This record gives sequence, C-alpha cells and structure tokens, in this order.
Amino acid sequence: MQDFGAAFAEAFRLIVSGDAALMEIVLLSLRVTFTAVFFACLIGLPLGAALAVGRFPGRGAITVFVNALMGLPPVVVGLVVYMMLSAAGPLGVLQLLYTPTAMVIAQTILVTPIVAALTRQVVADLNAEYDEYLRSLYLPRGRMMATLLWDARHSLLTAALAGLGRAFAEVGAVMIVGGNINHVTRVMTTAIALETSRGELALALGLGIILVVMSVTINAALMSVRHTAERHVHA
Amino acid sequence: MKPIKALAFAAGLLAFAGSAAAEDTFIIVQSTTSTQNSGLYDALLPGFTDKTGIEVRVVAVGTGQAIKNARNCDGDVLLVHAKPAEEKFVADGYGVSRADVMYNDFVIVGPADDPAGIAGASDVGAALGAIGEVQAPFASRGDDSGTHKKELSLWAAAAVDPASASGTWYRETGSGMGATLNTAVGMGAYTITDRATWIAFGNKGDFEIHVEGDAALFNQYGVIAVNPEKCPNVRAEKAQSFIDWLLSQEGQQEIADYTRDGQQLFFPNADPAKVN
Repeated sequence: MQDFGAAFAEAFRLIVSGDAALMEIVLLSLRVTFTAVFFACLIGLPLGAALAVGRFPGRGAITVFVNALMGLPPVVVGLVVYMMLSAAGPLGVLQLLYTPTAMVIAQTILVTPIVAALTRQVVADLNAEYDEYLRSLYLPRGRMMATLLWDARHSLLTAALAGLGRAFAEVGAVMIVGGNINHVTRVMTTAIALETSRGELALALGLGIILVVMSVTINAALMSVRHTAERHVHA
Repeated sequence: MKPIKALAFAAGLLAFAGSAAAEDTFIIVQSTTSTQNSGLYDALLPGFTDKTGIEVRVVAVGTGQAIKNARNCDGDVLLVHAKPAEEKFVADGYGVSRADVMYNDFVIVGPADDPAGIAGASDVGAALGAIGEVQAPFASRGDDSGTHKKELSLWAAAAVDPASASGTWYRETGSGMGATLNTAVGMGAYTITDRATWIAFGNKGDFEIHVEGDAALFNQYGVIAVNPEKCPNVRAEKAQSFIDWLLSQEGQQEIADYTRDGQQLFFPNADPAKVN
C-alpha cells in the first residue's frame, strides 16, 4: 500500500500550505469541542462530586446509569438531538438544526457522563482519604464538595481530557445534527468521512494524521500545565 | 393576567423566530451523496451565491433520508433522484411541484477479472441474472437511497430475488455510494453506481465499468421546493429563486459545463416550457 506514504505527504502538504479550507475546519472542530467540554464540565463536575459525597436516595442507581452512559453511541445521541431540534420536533422553533450550536449540544450530551463518572471516582477516592479531617470541620456538603473538587483539580484534568478526546474523535453525532455543510458545520471528522466516501483515501488519512497530531498537542500542553501547577503546589 | 402575559411572550418569541428566519441569507438543500461526492455543488453553487447573495447549504444524505428530512421540514429544497418517491412527496403535499433538472446514468462496475462474465453486456437484466447465477459477490447500498431503489427495481425486472441471498453473495452495506464502492473494491464485488460518483471516485482499484448504455439505467434528478403550507419555517422565496436559477439557461449551462477528467458528469434536461 503506497497510500500511507501518500497520506503523510498529503498531511504535510496541507499543513505547510496553510490551506484555508483546512484552517476553517480545524478551527470549527476546536470551537465545537472545547465549548462542549466546557459545558460538560459545568454539569459533570458538580454532578460527579454530588454522586461521590452526597447522601440521597437513588444515588447508587444514578451512579450506575451515569457510568453506563459513558458508552453512549454517538450516532444514537445524534439521532435523539436531531429529533429534538428538527423543525418537526419539540425544539424545532429554535432553528438550531445544522448549526454548530446543535453540534455543541450533541457533544455535551456525549461528554457529560464521562466527566461526571470520572469525577465521581476521583472525588470519592479523595473523600475516603480526607474523611475524618473534613468531618471534623463540620462543613456543609456544598462546601465539602467544592473543597474536594478544588483539591482534586489536577486529577480532574484527566477527566476533562478524556471528554475532550471523545468529543474530538466522534463523527456519528455531529454528522447527523450538523449535516457536514461546507463552511458551516464541516469539522475534521466529518471531512474525513466525506473524503473517504469520495475514495480520496490519502487525503482522508492525511486529515486523520493532522487530527491525531492536534490531539497529541492539546494533551501535551494541558499535561505540562498540570505539571507546572503541581510543582508550584509542592514547592 | 398571567395567561395573557404568557401568550404575549409566546407571540413575541414566535415573531422573533419568524423575523430571524426572514433575515436568513441561506437555504438548506436536502440532497444526495452522488451530487456532492462528484463535486458538482462545489462547482455550481458559487455562481448562484455571487449573483443572488443567497448561500446554499447542502446536506448530502441518501435520497430516502433526504426525503424524510424534508418531510420533517428540515430543508427548503429537495434535489434527489427517485422519481416515484419524489412524486409521492409532492402528492402528499410536502412539495410544491417537481421539475426535472438533469440526468446521467447508472453503470455496473466490478473487478477486472469479471467472474460473472458480464463485461460489455448491454442488457442489464441479463447481466444481473448472470451475477445471480454464478453467485458472484454483489455489494448493495441497502439504504433506501435512489440508487438502492433503482437497483432493487433492476433485480425485480431480472426476476432474481437477491434478498434471499443477503449475507452470502449479496451484501447490503447500508451506507452511502462512496462507502459502498470502497467496500465493493475491497472484496471484489460488483455494484451499481451513478456514473458521476464513479468518474470522480478516487479508489477504483482494478475496477472497470462492465455494463452501461441500457435504457433501464437512466438516472433522472428532480428538484422540489418544500411546501410552505406544510412547513411554515421554509424560506420559500429564496428556495424558489434557487430552483428557478437551476432550471434557467444559465444554471443548466453550468451543469453541462461541469466535467471531471474531461468527462461531463450531468446532462441538463429541464423542460424549456417551464423555464423563464
């Protein structure tokens, strides 16, 4: 297969030439994914913490449910969001279908369970460690959750990164609710799917290589932020 | 007082949504993968947008899904290739009217070694019969698309029931034309494709066109404006101006001028009587 060599050449050519269409697609990918992860953290961090230290009926069942939702197939989420946002659906009046907003909504739904489930585990572990100390302070549960989340912030970065990876890589949901419209809702993964279906395998794989390189870069950057911060803490 | 306030709020919200729609400078076209994969829209649409300022957003899915999406009012224009289904869409009140836009043809492609010995056949029925006879692998779209509907009608005309062989030599991919071509090339299976997708396809392997030129392989594309009476949210005026342009001499010429590797992919055939 000489396609692999061609794919690397294609990826290199696209990056070096600063292809405008590629830049547009990359920027939209980043915008959609980071927005979705932001909202997923907004919901998932407190939800995970509540599941870790809260005492309320149904906590066990909700925990199982949230853990199971980590495996939610993107295409199912896409379908449900499509049916909600379709002009024939309950939220059709908002006219959000085939917009980046619709893609953010779908990815938020996909990523929130991942953030919540990992947060629950991290906070529960930390809580076991701090248990006596925190109880001796007689903190209200809300303050306790906030304290635990703050102290676990470095570990929670991993939860956010896991969510980011999921959002960055998925194609099933954004394809359905975004429609892969050129210059409007085309992102890296839907562009790869399109080029594959055009039989332009080298170009598709080239885009895939760029996606992986971006993912590695983002992860490395955030990890180095974490290390720097940790060194400050322990210094 | 409360219900009146709520009503006023709802009315205001609707007016807001309505005005937002009125200010839109784009339309959504529900269309097929074949027209997008062949690159036609990339060549065709900028001319229209430059002229009118209307941006055309194309959602490319199979014909079956495109029609379903349009029935949900999630598009302003439908441009697909399955005439009976299109006519039903109009008859059911979802479309204003249907007009022919362009045509090309379907071809049967397969591996160069041609296990069913159909190369050069001009009778598609006989060719499919031969494929069924020797049980040579055949990749079907299996996705209710225009191409899939055409394929099923050809099997029926050839008196072969491929459904009973599904999973053996008859393989339903349930995906778009490009994905199905990739699969067919990968497993050396025959398949049916529209000529435009085939010419533009970049992963042909050793595949060749084996059957072409039968009148039964004719592939007509039609365009329909989604009916504002069923779907109040449609941008009816802009949709109509797009359709008028497609059917106009200028639009038809643009379609005729689009070539790949020196070959014309689509042949305009709008009824001149309907053109203004």
